[in-house]
Amino acid sequence: MFRWERSIPLRGSAAALCNNLSVLQLPARNLTHFGVVHGPSAQLLSAAPEGVPLAQRQLHAKEGAGVSPPLITQVHWCVLPFRVLLVLTSHRGIQMYESDGSTMVYWHALDSGDATPGTWSGRVLVFDIPAKGPNIVLSEELAGHQTPITDIATEPAQGQDCVADMVTADDSGLLCVWRSGPEFTLLTRIPGFGVPCPSVQLWQGIIAAGYGNGQVHLYEATTGNLHVQINAHARAISALDLAPEAGKLLSAAEDTFVHIWKLSRSPESSYIEVEHCHGECVSDTQVCGARFCDSSGSSFAVTGYDLAEIRRFSSV
Amino acid sequence: MSVRTLPLLFLNLGGEMLYILDQRLRAQNIPGDKARRVLNDIISTMFNRKFMEELFKPQELYSKKALRTIYERLAHASIMKLNQASMDKQLYDLMTMAFKYQVLLCPRPKDVLLVTFNHLDTIKGFIRDSPTILQQVDETFRQLIEIYGGLSAGEFQLIRQTLLIFFQDLHIRVSMFLKDKVQNNNGRFVLPVSGPVPWGTELPGLIRMFNNKGEEVTRIEFKHGGNYVRAPKEGSFELYGDRVLKLGTNMYSANRPVETHMSGSSKNVASWAQESIAPNPLAKEELNFLARLMGGMEIKKPSGPEPGFRLNLFTSDEEEEQAALTRPEELSYEVINIQATQDQQRSEELARIMGEFEITEQPSLSTSKGDDLLAMMDEL
Repeated sequence: MFRWERSIPLRGSAAALCNNLSVLQLPARNLTHFGVVHGPSAQLLSAAPEGVPLAQRQLHAKEGAGVSPPLITQVHWCVLPFRVLLVLTSHRGIQMYESDGSTMVYWHALDSGDATPGTWSGRVLVFDIPAKGPNIVLSEELAGHQTPITDIATEPAQGQDCVADMVTADDSGLLCVWRSGPEFTLLTRIPGFGVPCPSVQLWQGIIAAGYGNGQVHLYEATTGNLHVQINAHARAISALDLAPEAGKLLSAAEDTFVHIWKLSRSPESSYIEVEHCHGECVSDTQVCGARFCDSSGSSFAVTGYDLAEIRRFSSV
Repeated sequence: MSVRTLPLLFLNLGGEMLYILDQRLRAQNIPGDKARRVLNDIISTMFNRKFMEELFKPQELYSKKALRTIYERLAHASIMKLNQASMDKQLYDLMTMAFKYQVLLCPRPKDVLLVTFNHLDTIKGFIRDSPTILQQVDETFRQLIEIYGGLSAGEFQLIRQTLLIFFQDLHIRVSMFLKDKVQNNNGRFVLPVSGPVPWGTELPGLIRMFNNKGEEVTRIEFKHGGNYVRAPKEGSFELYGDRVLKLGTNMYSANRPVETHMSGSSKNVASWAQESIAPNPLAKEELNFLARLMGGMEIKKPSGPEPGFRLNLFTSDEEEEQAALTRPEELSYEVINIQATQDQQRSEELARIMGEFEITEQPSLSTSKGDDLLAMMDEL
């Protein structure tokens, strides 16, 4: 059972994007950072455990060439082994900041090509990040998708040091599974079926993908086989999140519902299994972002289109 | 965001405007031939070929202010006169909230095309006695089918997101929506958790698990919290057909008064005012856009001695005056002042000047040229 906690007010409402909530947990400092895209600006705020907002900051997309104000498409904290970067994306390019948003450390302009913005070619850009400082370098461009990329998920490769597995998803529903290394290698391709895949997660070799038709699919990352198909929502899924310690999966959709699932493997066959834990209705709200606020999945936060607050829930 | 959104936005908002005008014309007992003339004039201006050509070019959405100017222009493309307060307080608010509601409630992103077709189907009903205008509308219909018929689900999702960003933070309370309980008192729309699922979506509540060979080994049901049923059938995307979806059909019957409640009105009005006063760095680009679009608008001069008439959008003259009085100063925008009668020569002049701009095509227009255009528009 979950109860509705005190909401955190936002300066601007959340935009109707997918994956429109990023959370950075800082348990050592008893703080949680939240990031939400409003439109031309993104709002960062930090809150104490009870949800009292402590500090807030707004970031804008870099203007660049062109006349219309750029809209931010995503704000996300990337937690690397030695550093945390805040990444802001827009059609103009990619901006990287120190984790509190105070300093921009890198800007990568996307070629706008012709006048139409968003000539999204489906390229995946790989950047080398040093432990400190702005010396970030574009090291690789992965070709594997033909339509715009919607989400990326990573986890350390099992039993291998300094190697990660990565899943990329796109607007056609195609999933690509990669392994990092001196160069990235494409391991598996999982074709789409006519709807976008706006959100993807990776946990212990299980790929969780949320689709535009409201379904959540669980695939075996090594083989690409579909093992679980959940008719989870009545509208397009807008966000997925994972609580790695507990193997909990959060799905949120435009149907106003948020569901929590428990992922596991059968002890005999080691096939992927899933169990429904909880469903929550966020009344009259088209949910556009959802994240667990702790790694055991005992609390989560949600943003909604036109909603100027972050709704929080915690288990009782 | 999507560069294919403008035609859908324009046609649906235009459709809502026509529904409202049609209802008011009937409610105020405007003689049938005059009423038909008004609608015919506006529809034929809206679907003018050159205008449609400009509209369908891939481009970003412009601001609400720029779009409102087009509709004001359109509304005056006939013998009917509306005062400024009527235009933005009543008509534009209603149009935008109605289409926002329709977009939000579309089961699938692609269904916004069905909503557009519903508007066009009704528009064709208004002008069924005028074969020339009918042909114009059908032409646009075919263009829509050609351009949007083949778009992917992902592209429609992007169009939907672009539209929702355009409508973000608009919470004007509409008395008809409040009465029908589709809008809450705080201005937000009710999102029902019952009814048919979108075409192509399964009923939520089922988990299926498969083995390595893809064979189903278990089925489990779970409680999903809603009360959904299967979609009966898919709406038609052809020129003629059952659209199935009711969103976008004419919800104004002859008996319903058309009112907009602006309670907490200072809050609502303030948000429009803020949008208008804040210096708009897009002003020049938007003027270019407007000049291009209106260059393509062929305005028929009112022929003969036929007098114009005033249409009240409020229920009485007194309320019209009241609205004019309570309208804050900031909303009387002076940037663009286009009179109801614009002659052919001027629009050609506009188009020619815009042609000159196209050739230079630098992102930063030289200040003097921009000022010339602004000055020219002020003189109209």
